[in-house]
Amino acid sequence: MTKQIQRINDATIRFAGDSGDGMQLTGTRFTEATAIVGNDLKTIPNYPSEIRAPTGTLAGVSAFQLMFGSQRVFTPGDLPDTLVAMNPAALKVHLKDLKKGGIILANANAFTEKNLKMAGWEDNPLTDGSLESYTVFSIEMSKMVRTALEKSDLTSKGIERTKNMFALGVLFWMYNRPVEPTEEWLRKKFGKNPSIAEANITALKTGFNYGETTEIFTTSYAVEKADLPVGKYRNITGNVAVAYGLVAAAKKAGKKLFLGSYPITPASEILHTLSGLRNHGVKTFQAEDEIAGISSAIGAAYAGDLACTTTSGPGMALKTEAIGLAIITELPLVIVNVQRGGPSTGMPTKMEQSDLFQAVHGRNSDAPIPVIAAQDPADCFAVAFEAARIAIKYMTPVIMLSDGYLGQGSGPWQIPDPNDLPEIKVNHPDSSARGENGFMPYSRDEYETRPWALPGTPGLEHRIGGLEKENITGMVSQDPENHQLMTDLRARKVKNILKEIPPSEINGDKKGKLLIIGWGSTHGSIHVAVDRARVQGLDVSQLHLRWVSPFPSDLEEITKHFDEILIPEINAGQLALLLRAELLRPIHQLNKVRGEPFYASEIVDKINEILG
Amino acid sequence: MSETVINPEELVLTRKDFVPGNEVRWCPGCGDYSVLANMQKTLPLMGVPKENYTFVSGIGCSSRFPYYMDTYGFHGIHGRAPAIASGIKLANPNLAVWVITGDGDGFSIGGNHMIHVLRRNIDLNIMLFNNRIYGLTKGQYSPTSMLGMKTKSSPFGSVDRPFNPSAVAQGANATFIARALDVDAKGLQESIKRAQDHKGASFIEVYQNCLIFNDGEFEDLENRGTRPDFALFVTHGEPMIFGKDMDKGIIMKDNHPKVVALGGDWTEKDLLHHDETNPIITNLLLEMTFDDNNPTPFGILRAVEEPTYDGLLVSQIEEVTKIQGEGTLEDLFNSGDVWEVK
Repeated sequence: MTKQIQRINDATIRFAGDSGDGMQLTGTRFTEATAIVGNDLKTIPNYPSEIRAPTGTLAGVSAFQLMFGSQRVFTPGDLPDTLVAMNPAALKVHLKDLKKGGIILANANAFTEKNLKMAGWEDNPLTDGSLESYTVFSIEMSKMVRTALEKSDLTSKGIERTKNMFALGVLFWMYNRPVEPTEEWLRKKFGKNPSIAEANITALKTGFNYGETTEIFTTSYAVEKADLPVGKYRNITGNVAVAYGLVAAAKKAGKKLFLGSYPITPASEILHTLSGLRNHGVKTFQAEDEIAGISSAIGAAYAGDLACTTTSGPGMALKTEAIGLAIITELPLVIVNVQRGGPSTGMPTKMEQSDLFQAVHGRNSDAPIPVIAAQDPADCFAVAFEAARIAIKYMTPVIMLSDGYLGQGSGPWQIPDPNDLPEIKVNHPDSSARGENGFMPYSRDEYETRPWALPGTPGLEHRIGGLEKENITGMVSQDPENHQLMTDLRARKVKNILKEIPPSEINGDKKGKLLIIGWGSTHGSIHVAVDRARVQGLDVSQLHLRWVSPFPSDLEEITKHFDEILIPEINAGQLALLLRAELLRPIHQLNKVRGEPFYASEIVDKINEILG
Repeated sequence: MSETVINPEELVLTRKDFVPGNEVRWCPGCGDYSVLANMQKTLPLMGVPKENYTFVSGIGCSSRFPYYMDTYGFHGIHGRAPAIASGIKLANPNLAVWVITGDGDGFSIGGNHMIHVLRRNIDLNIMLFNNRIYGLTKGQYSPTSMLGMKTKSSPFGSVDRPFNPSAVAQGANATFIARALDVDAKGLQESIKRAQDHKGASFIEVYQNCLIFNDGEFEDLENRGTRPDFALFVTHGEPMIFGKDMDKGIIMKDNHPKVVALGGDWTEKDLLHHDETNPIITNLLLEMTFDDNNPTPFGILRAVEEPTYDGLLVSQIEEVTKIQGEGTLEDLFNSGDVWEVK
């Protein structure tokens, strides 16, 4: 039988299984193979906050989704075309999202009476006919690997664990991906345990050959290379991109990078990545708590390092007082918040954009701070770099907002030439800065920034701290006139960075009926929605904010050319409230707080509702 | 890289170099004045260039200290000075970093940072002003106030058991612990010198009288007439002797320290000898703190050499760099699976 190869533009695959089934790893391997083929892609993990919820339960289901295509891919896809379900619970949780007519690849051996009952199935859906609107491939994966690995010296448990590689092999065949990179990776990963490596490779190949030879599969799919800009690429998660952006900024500033941080989901990978970069001179300090994380970073900034702290919402709450200290002492500091669902501990592994108010306004007193947000995983590199550049140039803490979707999701990153990254000018005064009346730590340059004078410099001994300071002299001052002046000055310092913000880019026409304004990780969903709506003939454009404080200076003028404004957000309407106050006009909202990103279709529906 | 030390004679620094000339605003008669004066007197002798001294503090009366030293200074937020100071030291290990804190700042709101900075053994010098009261907020009991103490927030007497700060430091595995008395210049100067020279986290507890809200808390120790009978000043290797006529000593009896009179049945060689490297001796001295049957110990209670966090970090960076080569952005960016679009 000759098998057909069908050409498709894109595909969305979701891998779902028990937490112990290795779905994140399987998804990541599929992603790497897809990247190597040259497709554009985006990924998103979806896993429970428990390390190991009870096996077979709905709570224990872990999933990983990616979309890949021959054109630009802006999101990890809405509804999957193919669902890999390693057990009944995974099918139960994810079936509702599968496209009608979509493919289900299930491990039939896991559909035991006990597992079915635990997942809440009355009958076995693989055999009772209830899935007839889908294409179901019910494969005895556990049995297949048992047979293939009969001669392996692995325990039966160890053999059972290779079934995810079998599933991956089937998918590699189904989507025409190479198995070799995964083979190489397995050999490297299990270098000390060649028998485990070989068992997994056997399972992988068995899966691939199963697709190739059995008659149940009639068609495989091919997705052509995407037309990406010429250059070198690698796949990168947002968290790793943040780490690289900070390292790059430190090098370009001629500084050592200091990270003071406390582990927290979903930000910890930044700490992990940076702590592995000792040969780049990176100093990571795993502090005793969130407050010590930022306080140590403030100390490091005072003493001359490029300092940063990384966290997520609840940790951000703890850092609040110290952020005020960084503002009043006017020290450069990058604060990265990889947002998650809240309030309180909330949903640690789920994404949300609900810390915008906290970033912009969440401190005692008038305490303005620049806030910048990344729009996709690769963008985290550029945004972290920019945050550091602004922090140094304007002697101010800067908050960078990412979220769990960006931080742990991934996409191709066009690797920049390090020589093309801008140098970051740093100016530390030397002893000659001491005038007749001593050194003036709160004197101002043309950007109204104060000098970054480092301890150890003879003659510039000075004291700074959390008490209000007299402008110029930096002496403690409770004078009413001075406090007014300093409060105004701190607000102006944030506004001063407007000069650095390039003109806003608009996807679509520069005037029309509807402008969608977004920020952060909603960029991809909005982009896809706007493109789709415009194909339908709808008059809609997109503006995506990078700086959310201050707002770009052209924002008001741009919005004047649109009849309506819509702001989709993964929160209850925070940017909408801020922009209403800024623009003094009505704004439509689309809000979703389900711990997951928008489907582009949800935004298209809203566009239709407004323009229909 | 570690702290720069030069022959003090070449530096020609004097006390004056450390006095900034602004008005000191502690209450007249406050014990803090004496500590400040002894700090300004001692630091010029340490062979450390003045610009390398950095004083860090939190919130409270004692935390105003950095403003009164003509050195680099950082007046931080409540309780966080050890964390700020840790960042300063790790960014520039060449600096001589001092943390000035109080019993509220260091052992209530900042207790967590205190134990961890001591545990890590970062090469900082921490001076705790223990007056057993909140002064700046005008007189509430602190975590070192004695049980039953009547204050504004404990009008019927405190039901809050106190910390013994030096014992907490010992529990946190501190490598240097000293205790001094605000009115005892010699003891203060000795503690400051030894702390500055010590490689690792140094902890100095200063008993300090708050004239306004807790006057007389250390009466028996502060009073020159009674001090010899209530305070035991220990010296490494020396027998534990005290008393106006140096006629009393400490022996071990039934597993407890006990005061005996010298001259009769007991001679110096029967007495316990101080050993600042022996944790059992340190613990024994610390146990005497709240014991009415024994004098209160002062001096260098513990001093041992252990690897410092800052030293280990610097050498780890050097070692990894030696093995892996100095990292370039080019290598970093191209790690992982790279593909090319032509």
